[in-house]
Amino acid sequence: MNAVLKLENHDKQEIKYSTCYMCACRCGIKVTLEEGKVRFIQGNRNHPTNQGVLCAKGSAGIMKQYSPAKLRKPLIRKPGAERGSGEFEEIEWEEALNLLTERLEEIRATNPSKLGFFTGRDQMQALTGLWAQQFGTPNWAAHGGFCSVNMAAAGLYSIGFSFWEFGAPDWDYAKYFIMWGVAEDHSSNPIKIGLEKLKRHGGKFVSVNPVRTGYSAIADDWVPIRPGMDGLFALSIVHVLLSRELFDWEFLVRYTNAPWLVVNTPGQKGDGLFLRNDAGHPLVWDLEKQALVSGAEVETTPAMFGEFVAPDGRPVKTVMSQLAERYLDERYAPENVAKECGVPAETIERVALEMAHVAFKEAVELDIEWTDIYGRKHDKIVGRPVAMYAMRGIAAHSNGFHACRAIHLIQMLLGALDGPGNFRARAPYPKPIPPHQLPENNLDVIYAPNTPLSRPPLGFPTRPEDLVIDKAGNPLRIDKAYSWESPFSSHGLMHMVITNATNHDPYALDTLMLFMSNMAWNSTMNTKNIQDMLREKDEEEYDQYKIPFLVVVDAFHSEMVNFADLVLPDTTYLERHDTISLLDRPISEPDTAADAIRYPLIPLDRDVRPWQEVLVDLASRLRFPAFTKPDGTRKFKGYTDFIVNYERSPGVGFLAGWRGKDGDKSLKGEPNPKQWEAYIENQSFFAYHWPDHMKYNRFANKDYLELAADVGFIGKAEPIVMQLYSEPLQKFRLAGQGLYDGPQPNNPADRERLAKYFDPLPMWYEPLESQRVDHAEYPFHAITQRPMVMYHSWDSQNAWLRQILAQNYMYMNAGQAARMGLKDDDWIWVESHNGKIRCQLKTMEGCEENTVWTWNAIGKQKGAWGLKADASEATKGFLLNHLISELLPEKHGERRITNSDPVTGQAAWFDLRVKISKAAVGETGCWPEFPELKRLPGDDKPRPEVLRYSARSDEKQGKS
Amino acid sequence: MRLGLVIDIDVCVGCHACVVSCKQWNASGTTGPLTDYQPYGAEPSGVWFNRVRHYEVGEYPHNKTINFPMSCMHCEDAACVTVCPTGASYKRAEDGIVLIDQDKCMGCNYCSWACPYGARELDRESGTMKKCTLCVDRIYDLEIPVEERQPACVLTCPSHARMFGDFDDPDSAVSQVVRERSGYPLMPELGYNPTNMYLPPRKAKPIPIEGLGKPGFKERLKGLVNRVVKR
Repeated sequence: MNAVLKLENHDKQEIKYSTCYMCACRCGIKVTLEEGKVRFIQGNRNHPTNQGVLCAKGSAGIMKQYSPAKLRKPLIRKPGAERGSGEFEEIEWEEALNLLTERLEEIRATNPSKLGFFTGRDQMQALTGLWAQQFGTPNWAAHGGFCSVNMAAAGLYSIGFSFWEFGAPDWDYAKYFIMWGVAEDHSSNPIKIGLEKLKRHGGKFVSVNPVRTGYSAIADDWVPIRPGMDGLFALSIVHVLLSRELFDWEFLVRYTNAPWLVVNTPGQKGDGLFLRNDAGHPLVWDLEKQALVSGAEVETTPAMFGEFVAPDGRPVKTVMSQLAERYLDERYAPENVAKECGVPAETIERVALEMAHVAFKEAVELDIEWTDIYGRKHDKIVGRPVAMYAMRGIAAHSNGFHACRAIHLIQMLLGALDGPGNFRARAPYPKPIPPHQLPENNLDVIYAPNTPLSRPPLGFPTRPEDLVIDKAGNPLRIDKAYSWESPFSSHGLMHMVITNATNHDPYALDTLMLFMSNMAWNSTMNTKNIQDMLREKDEEEYDQYKIPFLVVVDAFHSEMVNFADLVLPDTTYLERHDTISLLDRPISEPDTAADAIRYPLIPLDRDVRPWQEVLVDLASRLRFPAFTKPDGTRKFKGYTDFIVNYERSPGVGFLAGWRGKDGDKSLKGEPNPKQWEAYIENQSFFAYHWPDHMKYNRFANKDYLELAADVGFIGKAEPIVMQLYSEPLQKFRLAGQGLYDGPQPNNPADRERLAKYFDPLPMWYEPLESQRVDHAEYPFHAITQRPMVMYHSWDSQNAWLRQILAQNYMYMNAGQAARMGLKDDDWIWVESHNGKIRCQLKTMEGCEENTVWTWNAIGKQKGAWGLKADASEATKGFLLNHLISELLPEKHGERRITNSDPVTGQAAWFDLRVKISKAAVGETGCWPEFPELKRLPGDDKPRPEVLRYSARSDEKQGKS
Repeated sequence: MRLGLVIDIDVCVGCHACVVSCKQWNASGTTGPLTDYQPYGAEPSGVWFNRVRHYEVGEYPHNKTINFPMSCMHCEDAACVTVCPTGASYKRAEDGIVLIDQDKCMGCNYCSWACPYGARELDRESGTMKKCTLCVDRIYDLEIPVEERQPACVLTCPSHARMFGDFDDPDSAVSQVVRERSGYPLMPELGYNPTNMYLPPRKAKPIPIEGLGKPGFKERLKGLVNRVVKR
């Protein structure tokens, strides 16, 4: 007989819609609350990002909300207690904010650069960037420098949009999908939704990755490449395509700089720059007119290949000729790169030809009329249905910028960009190449007290004059971004901040504010030494730390919190107002421009404040011009008021939906005082669906570009010409060669790096660390994968998710382990040039033979994150970070140089090389060991032995 | 009716979304709470109705990784029901769902020993056995929107690797996909006649690469290769 079943208490429940923040994916969520308690978090089926589904992290949001690691009240380091001792006192918010305001006022009135403000995995960089700009410090960035800047920069300097978050594969029409080095990271749900769609439609999925877990598990073809070799593999594919004339002539002539003429005068000034007319337009050779014509003109017939003579007698050559000569070289032939890549020549050739077959023999034609930017009407859209996506495994190498450009080169040759079945742009992209935004580098402005920067701290240099350096060539930013060491560092170099600030190189900071970033643990290279740096005292100043004042803003008790002088406790994503803005990291999809909000679903039960709110408050207290009325009073009542009324340009604000006085305008319009209410009524997101004629070829789509210009996505409606050959890179190379008319570096190391790595065409070189360590001594590559159940959700050490994964192992190819006499669960030593760790081994088949890997960020310091001291994350879990230096191995006569991509400053995590040996009998447990963190004031309850979460308010029963 | 799940091994990426959504729904569901032990201590564990196991098949470099979600199969010949000494375990006549009456269960574990699929989990706090209910408290709830009256695991699965439906109806989506994709039950030889079905990995059709393009471009490049393309 059937039992009596408990049923839902619908009459005690309410449903609210918001945006997930368990990772960077930012899915729409539908939250059922029962008398204020979270009953169920599910995907919002109307939301463009996740279309109703939700990942493990999203479903575990409840356990983040009820985590014992939540901070409760502002904290200040106890007087007399050493930094890092974990001795704190609770203080009131007013006291904390007064103290901070006073300190910041002093810095702003004397030398604003003495403030560093760096943020972690936040998605509110439009606000934090504005705040830093208004403060007047160039020392601001988010965590992109150690995450994904290689992807963003390579894309934005090549195609006008990019992997990472400015584009997505077109899963509806793709027939061939190749995924490069995606370590189960961005973007979580869309990729999973898309892979199923692709396979259901009969498309082929190829994964290039040294490790076969997660997405790669369901790949039709797995290409276990050696780490750092993707660029070489990609350029060999280019070789195969070129050698059989498998490229899209029309696409290259119409939409790229393939026919542009490049001055070919090696060793002379001006070498490698485009031949331009008086108006500055690059020139091409017209086949019909047999004359030089402007490359910007249409109805011309540009020669794609050829060598010509400029009117001034200089020899010139088309981009495509240069490119063909470079990559047709036997150096790039599959049989000549196979050994280095660890990929058989047949595989390289097959992948190239499969892509070509799908692109050219299985093209998609859609009956969609559209108008190109030159006003010509077309009656159909043709798609070459090869889609790609690339992320971590490309990004995290010191050759990643060029590797990513090599992948974009394949896409351009195939004509497979922003068409049906391609990798397509997400609004507000595409943008001009690179985007027309330069980092502030005016010395007078940067040095001026109480003065905002005239432009944002971050941007896209195109020539040496754009660097952020002083007259002597020294970096003006604490992270040395936009210096000769990392000229295109569009996301900054957060991984260098603590090292540089401790070394007072290029200068000392006064205050470092860190938001949502665990720089004392898993978000830094060289963790153990970085912790020591945070404790380091200044020999010249009595009782002062090298970094005098450290402000940490977080919602949970992280390892970083332990080092704070002042802790400002944040809220959870279910407790605050927030915007996911088109001015920031967009959640748009290729067919939809979109943004979203969060609003408080749960009342606060402790004395914490949303960092958004605190930033607006601080900006008002410090009287930033954008936040202050002429009479000196605050302009905005708080964050929600700021979001409604702040306009970056007339009609353009943080939220694009329901603008205009009556809320009837989209993308652009006057502020709407009821905008928050409109979002809440509409499930907390706004989606603007592109009409069919604006969905494709947006780099040259008149209607799209005109609308994009009107709503402020781009400056003006003009064609976005893709750059196979990058002139900005060449300008820096000339500076390195001493051939540039303008600033040039003095230091030989800088000169050498520019000359070598600023190649205007995509190149491959051995990763920098690898160039400096003995391969025989350190035979293995060591990398990390992001576990799908936790990626970006380490910030609460979730009671449910940690049941799935609470210990990481070092994984090794089973055959390799057998040859070395190693077996599952052995304790091993893993040693790099920077240090060593002890951890436990697991063997597997799905791992390239010369690679070892582990899950990222599972290891925790004892006592952090509300965990008990015996938590396996702290006793058996480990970090690879200890092995990775933020600096390259020392070279005689050279200053210490960042372990980063020489073009972008992207942290080169995956360049790590290690040796492995079995630990001695009795050597068990992870090493190095760290002391247990003290509990924070107010955190006096013992951790529960048993957790029985239920949102039920009473027992409603009935027969089902 | 014979309600159950179809799980598509071809597209399961092993992300555990189904696992956690199930935990979340059922923690406050009809047999909730689902106890967690040492939630912040060493070796955390707890009651879960659905778990994903990961396997490798074949040797490097021809290996494949298989993600394999497992929960109650709602067997037609459910030994867990037969062995239950108190009658707490039962199979519903109307839809085939196997359930445990929490008021009758004494936590003797017989059913879990009888279940070859490891689907039953003892909640040591309540002293009762618990398992997948196919979200019986969702799928019949008329106050839940009709398109959401599905088990939480199915609703949430990001790669749409899970389907729910009536296997007695030959026209149902689950019956059709099982026919089309040669779905199979797990360990049918044991004779429990499991209801849930798995879809095997698909084989991608080969892409023809013979005779593509015109080899020898490097040599041709020395001469005139330009095509007249109007910009």
